Amino acid sequence: MSEYYRGGFLEDTWVYINDDAPVPETGNVIVSLTRWRAGGACFSDLQGQVGVFVEPDDVFHEHTDRLSKLSLVSLSFPKFSDGRGYSQARMLREQLGFEGEIRGRGEILLDQIPLMMRCGIDAFEVCHEPTIAALKSEALPGIMHTYQSPVNDRFGRLRRWRGQIQG
Amino acid sequence: MYRYDEFDQAFVEERCRQFRDQVERRLKGDISEDQFKPLRLQNGLYLQLHAYMLRVAVPYGVLSARQLRKLGEIARRFDRGFGHFTTRQNIQFNWIKLEEAPDILDELARVGMHAIQTSGNCIRNTTTDPFAGVAIDEIEDPRVWAEIIRQWSTIHPEFLFLPRKFKIAITGAAEDRAAIAFHDIGIRIVMGKEGRSEFSIYVGGGQGRTPVVASLIRPFLKKEQLLSYLEAILRVYNLHGRRDNLYKSRIKILVKALGIEEFKRQVDEEWEKLDKPSIDLPIEEYERIAAYFEPVNLQAAPIQNEQVTAREKADPAFAAFKRNNVFAHRVPGHVSVAIALKEPGKIPGDASADQMDAVAELAERFGHDEIRVTYSQNLVLPNIALSDLVAVYDGLVAAGLCSANFELISDIIACPGLDYCNLANARAIPIAQDIAKRFGEQKKAEDIGPLRFNISGCINACGHHHSGNIGILGVDKKGTEHYQITLGGSPGDDASIGSILGPSFPAEDLPEAIETIVAIYLEKRENPKESFLATYRRIGKEPFKDALYNPNALNSGGQSDALEEV
Ligand code: SF4
Repeated sequence: MSEYYRGGFLEDTWVYINDDAPVPETGNVIVSLTRWRAGGACFSDLQGQVGVFVEPDDVFHEHTDRLSKLSLVSLSFPKFSDGRGYSQARMLREQLGFEGEIRGRGEILLDQIPLMMRCGIDAFEVCHEPTIAALKSEALPGIMHTYQSPVNDRFGRLRRWRGQIQG
Repeated sequence: MYRYDEFDQAFVEERCRQFRDQVERRLKGDISEDQFKPLRLQNGLYLQLHAYMLRVAVPYGVLSARQLRKLGEIARRFDRGFGHFTTRQNIQFNWIKLEEAPDILDELARVGMHAIQTSGNCIRNTTTDPFAGVAIDEIEDPRVWAEIIRQWSTIHPEFLFLPRKFKIAITGAAEDRAAIAFHDIGIRIVMGKEGRSEFSIYVGGGQGRTPVVASLIRPFLKKEQLLSYLEAILRVYNLHGRRDNLYKSRIKILVKALGIEEFKRQVDEEWEKLDKPSIDLPIEEYERIAAYFEPVNLQAAPIQNEQVTAREKADPAFAAFKRNNVFAHRVPGHVSVAIALKEPGKIPGDASADQMDAVAELAERFGHDEIRVTYSQNLVLPNIALSDLVAVYDGLVAAGLCSANFELISDIIACPGLDYCNLANARAIPIAQDIAKRFGEQKKAEDIGPLRFNISGCINACGHHHSGNIGILGVDKKGTEHYQITLGGSPGDDASIGSILGPSFPAEDLPEAIETIVAIYLEKRENPKESFLATYRRIGKEPFKDALYNPNALNSGGQSDALEEV
């Protein structure tokens, strides 16, 4: 993937590295959570940032996963109807204090993106052509009035029951 | 009742625009039916056998006259002149065109209504006691919290793609009239330790192929902590509920697999970590919402009314109506009037556009502008002065809505079945019509007494047959419609799941079988006050089984009871 969506389409500098491939010396890499946990020298020599890709049934370990050392977490949405990533994102933001990029990958469709953003996901690998076209030509279809505090508000400890997303 | 403020109005209008856009993209082919499906489902639009069906939310079953009139107008303009009230206290329109759905939603938005989350794997309409706010056995009005749950769950971004649909019910009365034990989450308002009301929370109840009575997960929860606690339950379910098998994906299966203790531990652990102040409702918001549910200002009046007494003497039909459909109100001299949408021979829960108008008018003139939809697919006018009862009754007679069978055997709960639903094995509506007619004679029906009768067209159990005193399930037996009978279910405080009687019956033999069951009950009850359910619980299913499957044993003094009980 050369482009991803984060407010607009940007060039993607991150590379996914499978568990059986070596970690390169330079560049931003996304590895599996297992590999990150195994850790070791391969990351200390890296000239670049590290991210992890996780599966919907992965659970973060607050004390041992060294999330503050990660710049990116990539959440999987194998099907748009699989909503586990929404919970994972909120837990990352609100309970684990993760402030790096959270991106969604998999079946990412136009109407889900605003919901994902409200859970703290801020970047999207979009493959679905009509979604790409829509994102390039018009504003997000989301709803500006929300009954729940968005995740960013929770960061700021700004209690707001009914809010309006700033457009 | 709750009224939309600017925020709610702006929200729902935005949502209408969004849906219009989604429909356009679907019609243009930008999104496939597969991708459109969850979007339309979250707006209550279902694809049925012959057409689209739109399910409109009636939050916790409360309607104003203006809203009910709008539903009548939609029935006239966009459907075939009818609407169908459901066990979720909602209303369905069965003959909708996709292109017109956005217009219908616009019309609904004008009266503060929508179809959000009436379908799909998300949190559905919260249901409650149809007599909420007026019942004499009420601790506290549950509608305040039902509205709070409505707002909290509306487009909750984390919980729109759950493993499966999710239903919450809440009751605030001593008697549970909301079947909370058969919900994913059931909430009961109870008196807490310090004389403050609190919530008891139940989890993992449900119908479907695996009927389960919910387990108590938390006997006392401070009311102001409700939303964060719900969020903890939903998160554990969202992350760990099964997604590999449609039939194992409800929360009841997760609770069963983990055991209630382990499930509770996981919920508590999650709850501990939640940032409660950002989730729980600020007190000002609570007060703002609660103010809408201040009791209607009614003046106490004499509990006898001459006009009513005279009419009772002169008109047996009115007397029967009063006995069965009129209920005590917390304010003396007032009553709640149940309107049974169960005229024998009609489709259970159906109301014509004219009938909706008629009820709306009665609510406006005599009922302080309030109508309720009940879990049993009927309507209620909760606030009627006894001195207006005759006028209300006459209005109902004129509208063809005066069936005096509320909660009697002919007050049947039935799903749409094979007439509309593409999952059905068998028809439900004609069976309901037939049975209601057989027991249509008032004296006979009243002699039988309260009897919850439910019919589902397939194992998905939308007609809640598991919780019927008599439950009928449509099954497919070598390509023909057959019906299985269950006995002894109950949706209320003493919630229980019915037990299957034996092999199924073809449609033509079913009414006869029901007659036999009722005859056994009448014969075996200790006295006319012993209800069908009480009798069944005392004598068990054997006498009924024998009469149906082994009629000869009956003559030999019921010995088979002893034989089969081993
Ligand atoms: S019980 Fe079955 S037949 Fe009846 S409405 Fe539900 S899915 Fe359809």
